[in-house]
Amino acid sequence: MSAPATTEVSPIFGRLSLDHLPLHEPIVVATFIVVLIGGGALLALITRYKLWGMLWNDWFTSVDHKKIGIMYMVLGLVMFLRGFADAIMMRLQQVMAFNGSEGYLNAHHYDQIFTAHGVIMIFFVAMPFITGLMNYIVPLQIGARDVSFPFLNNFSFWMTTAGAVLVMVSLFVGEFAQTGWLAYPPLSGIAYSPNSGVDYYIWALQIAGVGTTLSGINLIVTIIKMRAPGMSLMRMPVFTWTSLCANVLIVASFPVLTAVLALLSLDRYVGTNFFTNDFGGSPMMYVNLIWIWGHPEVYILILPLFGVFSEITSTFSGKRLFGYTSMVYATVCITILSYVVWLHHFFTMGSGASVNSFFGITTMVISIPTGAKLFNWLFTMYRGRIRFDLPMMWTIAFMLTFVVGGMTGVLLAVPPADFVLHNSLFLIAHFHNVIIGGVVFGVFAAINYWWPKAFGYKLNEFWGKISFWCWVVGFWLAFMPLYVLGLMGVTRRMRVFDDPSLQIWFLIAGLGALVIAAGIGAMLVQFAVSIWKRDELREVSGDPWEGRTLEWATSSPPPDYNFAFTPIIHGHDAWHEMKQAGVKRPLSGFRAIHMPKNTGTGVVLAALSIVCGFALVWYIWWLAALSFLGIVGYAIWHTFNYDRDFHIPAETVAATEEARTRQLAGQPAVQGA
Amino acid sequence: MLARNPLPPALSPRRSTGNRLPKLAALALLPLLAGCDWVVLKPAGDVAQQQGDLVVISTLLMLVIILPVMAMTMFFAWKYRAANREARYEPEWNHSTQLELAIWGAPLLIIICLGAITWVATHLLDPYRPLARIAPGQPVAADTRPLEVQVVALDWKWLFIYPEQGIATVNELVAPIDRPIRFRISSSSVMNSFYVPALAGQIYAMPGMETKLHAVFNNPGHYRGLSANYSGAGFSGMRFDAHGMSADEFDQWVGKVRSGGRLDRAAYLELERPSENVAVTHFGEVERNLFDAVVNMCVEPGKMCMHDMMAIDAKGGLGLAGTYNVAALSYDKFAGRGTEGSRPARMMVTAMCDTRPMGADEFELPRTIDLAPLLGAGLAGRQTAAFAGLSPIATQS
Repeated sequence: MSAPATTEVSPIFGRLSLDHLPLHEPIVVATFIVVLIGGGALLALITRYKLWGMLWNDWFTSVDHKKIGIMYMVLGLVMFLRGFADAIMMRLQQVMAFNGSEGYLNAHHYDQIFTAHGVIMIFFVAMPFITGLMNYIVPLQIGARDVSFPFLNNFSFWMTTAGAVLVMVSLFVGEFAQTGWLAYPPLSGIAYSPNSGVDYYIWALQIAGVGTTLSGINLIVTIIKMRAPGMSLMRMPVFTWTSLCANVLIVASFPVLTAVLALLSLDRYVGTNFFTNDFGGSPMMYVNLIWIWGHPEVYILILPLFGVFSEITSTFSGKRLFGYTSMVYATVCITILSYVVWLHHFFTMGSGASVNSFFGITTMVISIPTGAKLFNWLFTMYRGRIRFDLPMMWTIAFMLTFVVGGMTGVLLAVPPADFVLHNSLFLIAHFHNVIIGGVVFGVFAAINYWWPKAFGYKLNEFWGKISFWCWVVGFWLAFMPLYVLGLMGVTRRMRVFDDPSLQIWFLIAGLGALVIAAGIGAMLVQFAVSIWKRDELREVSGDPWEGRTLEWATSSPPPDYNFAFTPIIHGHDAWHEMKQAGVKRPLSGFRAIHMPKNTGTGVVLAALSIVCGFALVWYIWWLAALSFLGIVGYAIWHTFNYDRDFHIPAETVAATEEARTRQLAGQPAVQGA
Repeated sequence: MLARNPLPPALSPRRSTGNRLPKLAALALLPLLAGCDWVVLKPAGDVAQQQGDLVVISTLLMLVIILPVMAMTMFFAWKYRAANREARYEPEWNHSTQLELAIWGAPLLIIICLGAITWVATHLLDPYRPLARIAPGQPVAADTRPLEVQVVALDWKWLFIYPEQGIATVNELVAPIDRPIRFRISSSSVMNSFYVPALAGQIYAMPGMETKLHAVFNNPGHYRGLSANYSGAGFSGMRFDAHGMSADEFDQWVGKVRSGGRLDRAAYLELERPSENVAVTHFGEVERNLFDAVVNMCVEPGKMCMHDMMAIDAKGGLGLAGTYNVAALSYDKFAGRGTEGSRPARMMVTAMCDTRPMGADEFELPRTIDLAPLLGAGLAGRQTAAFAGLSPIATQS
């Protein structure tokens, strides 16, 4: 859909016109119809079963960190399906586009797809997944009732969702960026990308970035200020530690992204010259700035999952984590080092040899604490008694997959090697190797691990194992060919190929993607079957895996207030020690619990942000101004809302705890819990 | 990978010889691996070969630690499985100073080795550094003059200017073998990356900037060149043929190109307009200083060159007077990409005077090579200099 050469900016509709609906792209139209039917059916069902009130009151406006955590996971899962659809389309195009064939996607469509795939998978899949996990687990692990700023938490979630909505809107109104996921200028400048795509990119990320930054601040404060008495920093569970470090990284790096995108939008909207080719602009400044955010970002994604693997390895080995202290120091080392490596993303832009060597060596140095972590997991397994439930299977798969990705990463850190592999499919294989092998496997491990905590029943093992094997086999099948192609000098983001001998490798990679698709399907079936048969899978002890950290001390799902009494911590692995010491659940003396009240402000502000972003994309200035005033006005109005807390009466607490006592009594296997 | 391998590997004879074990699907893939062209690991140019060797060396070095870790993972997972009640179980064991030392020390040692290799190799294979050898044991003779090729990435094709020969080509790079090539690289609009896998690692081509690359072909042949950085709709078609040939054949080829048309500023402005999958084009004559004008973004007549602008600014600028000296000229390719109507034309600083004589640096020879390998350039013949180079203070005194 190439936009008309001259774009009229009307005072009412801006530059939006019917020409911008991609009606001549059959694939997009078909997608739109499917979305319309599916979405319509969903809305109809919600209305039919009168679920709107429940959704609004119990979920959308909820400030409960557990519900927000679950909503983040749902957002991540939905966007994951979109991002994966993009992946499948790319694989198919690259399988087809040989021997003179142009494939089935034109450049305009294909270039949007690879951009959207990267943006969605990082910002709207991986980030919601890790934020959701941290949201759900961290307050439970530190014995808190909620996060420090519960409303801010709800607002953060809706802002992230608003960004995702804007990306989805771009599919049907206008276009998405055709720049690659980091939108390097000058290509992303107004001269070379004059249409709405890059503007969608900018505003989606800016709006979601507000959510991410605020959520980072919220979780840092929560971890620093709200730990249960006795939980010193060096007694925090490792997942909480890695979450703390990841959130420090978020708070320190996302403002850089916000600033660099703001500069890019000034270039695009008001004709400044920060990143243009002439008038003193420097595109390389953008490249530096975006990677100063971009490199910490990959550690933001992986660190929390390192925490997940630590928890799982220790739990399923029935053993204390080996080298807790060195694990913590390794995490902190990685946090700091992640800021001094960004230049390795552009060794090939002509920095001098000494600069390149410096950044190459700092990059390699990160592999030392990472290697130490891996050994710590190994020696946690050593002399343990390992149970191979699904979370542990994902962990083993991670360890075997991630080391390969780590190795190719260190290889790319050697500048002369990077000169021949930069931007090649070898690089693509490398980062999918660490992101799928690390982040995605970690998220699946975490979902299987904590699902019983969140819902009170375990996930179906059979479908979980099918999903696991499809993913592991599919991953190797899909990405090993890309390593091979990279060594054959094939570069990324190509739409058509001239060398027929390459086709077989793309075919294998495409098959791998299909096997992964089967894995995703099996996972969805796993969820469906588990929900269907939840009574058979019911788990009432609250501690299905012989857990060691505090989240397992409470019921599954935990009550709104998490803990009737704030636990007192005496050492590592608090829950494990409580079980060893035979601590009894308190059965009386309950008091009223002070809790935050739900509010719809987050939803309203995020909705206004979508309108504002959309108006800015299309130059509908009056609407942008109006919705921006609306955001500011509503936010101020909300500060006068003093009806923001309540007490859960002592009787309700007592009744909830009494119900749990009865529930536990029906389970002889968990006496003493 | 280009014309040398016309049959898909699946049809090549190697497959049938290696396919004696049809039951093992994995083994069936091996002939596939053997049949394909690992250009990164087995290139035709000495620079790319050294880079490819470095890939192999680094991988082997890391496998020293990766393989044991993978083996230990499998072994521990098997040995300490819950069903194995024979294995020792020590639920409270969680610390060992010796082990901690080993698990931090072992990666550290590997990284020290790899870091040393990185430092040395990065300096030796710095693309900006003039070549010191054309092959192992074949130092570049002192009087060798490298072939200069000026590379401009256009939307979406490559322009190669040969200032010494006074010719230019589109999408065809030809060079004599065993003669060092000095590439000066720039771009007209957006970022691209200049990459001939068989010749040397890539370097970005960026508008308004110049990057350099030194390399040499060691074997005659047809190779593949491409842009390795996405640059817009026509990116996939930004391929070019790269030929290494003997000096005589090269001269014949130059003679053939001379019959092509003239590339002056007007022809360049026409050429740089976006086009896709462009066929090889020859220009027998090239306007002097065209490449410098491209780098300084002043090919358009009447537009001030960046180096002039910077020279004026370095003297404190022209103050208010400077702000009047603009014109509604668009250097950027609004027109070229068919989008001129979407924005008002931008203001440009117009030319005042060009202070530099034409051709001042057109045939500039590389400066005297600094022989210290870790700091500058050169290996030839001065083995002792390798260690003197480690101590810059000593060499200065």
